[in-house]
Amino acid sequence: MVAIHANEDGLRRDERLERLKLFGLSSPATLLILVILVIPVGWLFYVSFVGADGSFSLENYERMVSRKSYSRIFITTFQVSFLTTGLCILIGYPLAYFLSQLPPRLASLCMITVLLPFWTSLLVRTYAWLVLLQKQGLINSWAMSLGLWDEPIKMVHNMTGTLIGMVHIMLPFLILPTYGAMRAISQDYMKAASNLGARPRTAFWTVFFPLSTPGLFAGALMVFILCLGFFVTPAVLGGGKVIMVSMKIVSNIELFVNWGAASALGVVLLVLTMIILWVASRFLKLDQIAGGGH
Amino acid sequence: MATASKDALPITVANVTKTYGKVHALDDVSLEVKSGEFLTLLGPSGSGKSTLLMVLAGFTRPDHGSLKFGDTEVIRTAPHLREVGMTFQNYALFPHMTVAGNVGYPLRLRKRPKAEIAERVEKALETVQLGGFGNRRIDQLSGGQRQRVAVARAIVFEPRILLMDEPLSALDKKLRDQMQIELRRLHEKLGMTTVYVTHDQREALTMSDRIAVVNHGRIMQLATPHDLYERPANRFVADFIGDSTFLKVTRQGDRITWGDMALAHGAPAPDTAELAMMLRPERIALSDSGPVEGANNFAATAENVVYQGDSYLVQARLSDGAEIILRRAMSGATATTMPAPGDAITPTVAPEDTVLIDGREV
Repeated sequence: MVAIHANEDGLRRDERLERLKLFGLSSPATLLILVILVIPVGWLFYVSFVGADGSFSLENYERMVSRKSYSRIFITTFQVSFLTTGLCILIGYPLAYFLSQLPPRLASLCMITVLLPFWTSLLVRTYAWLVLLQKQGLINSWAMSLGLWDEPIKMVHNMTGTLIGMVHIMLPFLILPTYGAMRAISQDYMKAASNLGARPRTAFWTVFFPLSTPGLFAGALMVFILCLGFFVTPAVLGGGKVIMVSMKIVSNIELFVNWGAASALGVVLLVLTMIILWVASRFLKLDQIAGGGH
Repeated sequence: MATASKDALPITVANVTKTYGKVHALDDVSLEVKSGEFLTLLGPSGSGKSTLLMVLAGFTRPDHGSLKFGDTEVIRTAPHLREVGMTFQNYALFPHMTVAGNVGYPLRLRKRPKAEIAERVEKALETVQLGGFGNRRIDQLSGGQRQRVAVARAIVFEPRILLMDEPLSALDKKLRDQMQIELRRLHEKLGMTTVYVTHDQREALTMSDRIAVVNHGRIMQLATPHDLYERPANRFVADFIGDSTFLKVTRQGDRITWGDMALAHGAPAPDTAELAMMLRPERIALSDSGPVEGANNFAATAENVVYQGDSYLVQARLSDGAEIILRRAMSGATATTMPAPGDAITPTVAPEDTVLIDGREV
């Protein structure tokens, strides 16, 4: 006769041990995040509240509110991020759609060309745009020799150049999740829409597009957030005319050795990013529910 | 057959061929579906049955051939202009719309007034016994409920032809059996010309007015369930429907013999070089008292006896080494008289159950 609670304690111990082992697997990653993320961000936070005299002070934040140049920098940062995201959507969505309609093997081949820029150094790509876009650059000299325009057009060291470079770099971040979402849309949905009487265009807007928006939204969000903290491309292609938060952080440290001011900018950028993510996550859920309506 | 509704349309398929590379998905298929008929395309996977359905819906463009709904040629008509209802194997319900959103979709496309849409959606949902489910999300529904929504969406705009692509294959057996009867009842009520695709022979036998057995892109036989089961046209049909045993038989003058045993058979033998005898497991009797007068009596040894609840299955070996399978229904008495492995048994088959068919493999 076996007791009703036979082996109960042993089995529970096995269960606990198993969970402990599983947790152990994640400890290197946990440690890494603690050392390279939590501690530095905590330090950043602390430094931003230390004034020039070494005591607790809000002067780093007050400066941001009081000085016009700072608000202009934030406006520029958001402007560049919005425009880059918008252009990425306009270029990336149709491309992702085209890829999603190809046979899978051909699509992966084409996807390599989309990803190719990923495997090239960011700096190299940015300077390549400089070579192409500058006054005596390839595009201007070819266009003029072909007679397309007579005077060199200013395409770099301004907003235009910054946007061209940033869209090029950000495009894969938009295309990948959008393409993934589109691939997951069963062809049967489109067949069903068509069978029920929808013209191809109507079927696209009423069925395909709504089903692809989660991917598009995730991609756009990623692009936008990456843009907020972008440095190399606006620094090189903006020619000092497009000043984003990241560039101000660098000049605060390198030119003025003001860690407090730089940290405060970093904290504000981080907080803004987190607010955007939070709002976006709320919106995503809302969207799923509201999407049922029509 | 269901009474043909005045709006139902006959379908005429003529000489439709579709090749993928060298493979004939459809090989010169001609077929007529009568107005209001429930016709099933039955075949193994890859037989071409789904391709034919896709041609009817307009999603597959054949190489050549003609397709008429009523008197209208539609082979080049775009799918969205064909006005046929269709249900898909995985239902293809739009996940971003509610139940009412899905069912109302074809009506919104047709720009019906809002009040009319709401009314017709509710009526269609009631027809499939889902009244009041309009506000549910698709992911809140069970498999059977999704199936019903798919049907409601396919019938709500009152198409005159309904196509169904393996609609019950994702459901468990109990629900499938129940839905078969429900779909059949629905067909009787609405009277639409229905083309139904399945690989499940029992489903086909249960639901159809007529069944077209499809293999290698060709129609092997088009007949009523009864004729298909009792008088299969060839070896493929006989094999695909039911679990038959085939024994090679020979023609000697006007006699048909198996080994040196002359066979009594009901219908005349087909006029082919090779002949086979088809024995259905449930049509083979076991005689306890030796050979039965007037029937074909075989001598066999039981090898395996399997209890299956409602019946038992006997695998037996005939005197020439061929294996036959027979099934006997369970009743109180048979339970005790089940043969044991190794027993000598006398399977007997009545002449009308001894069906002779073309022996060639198709």
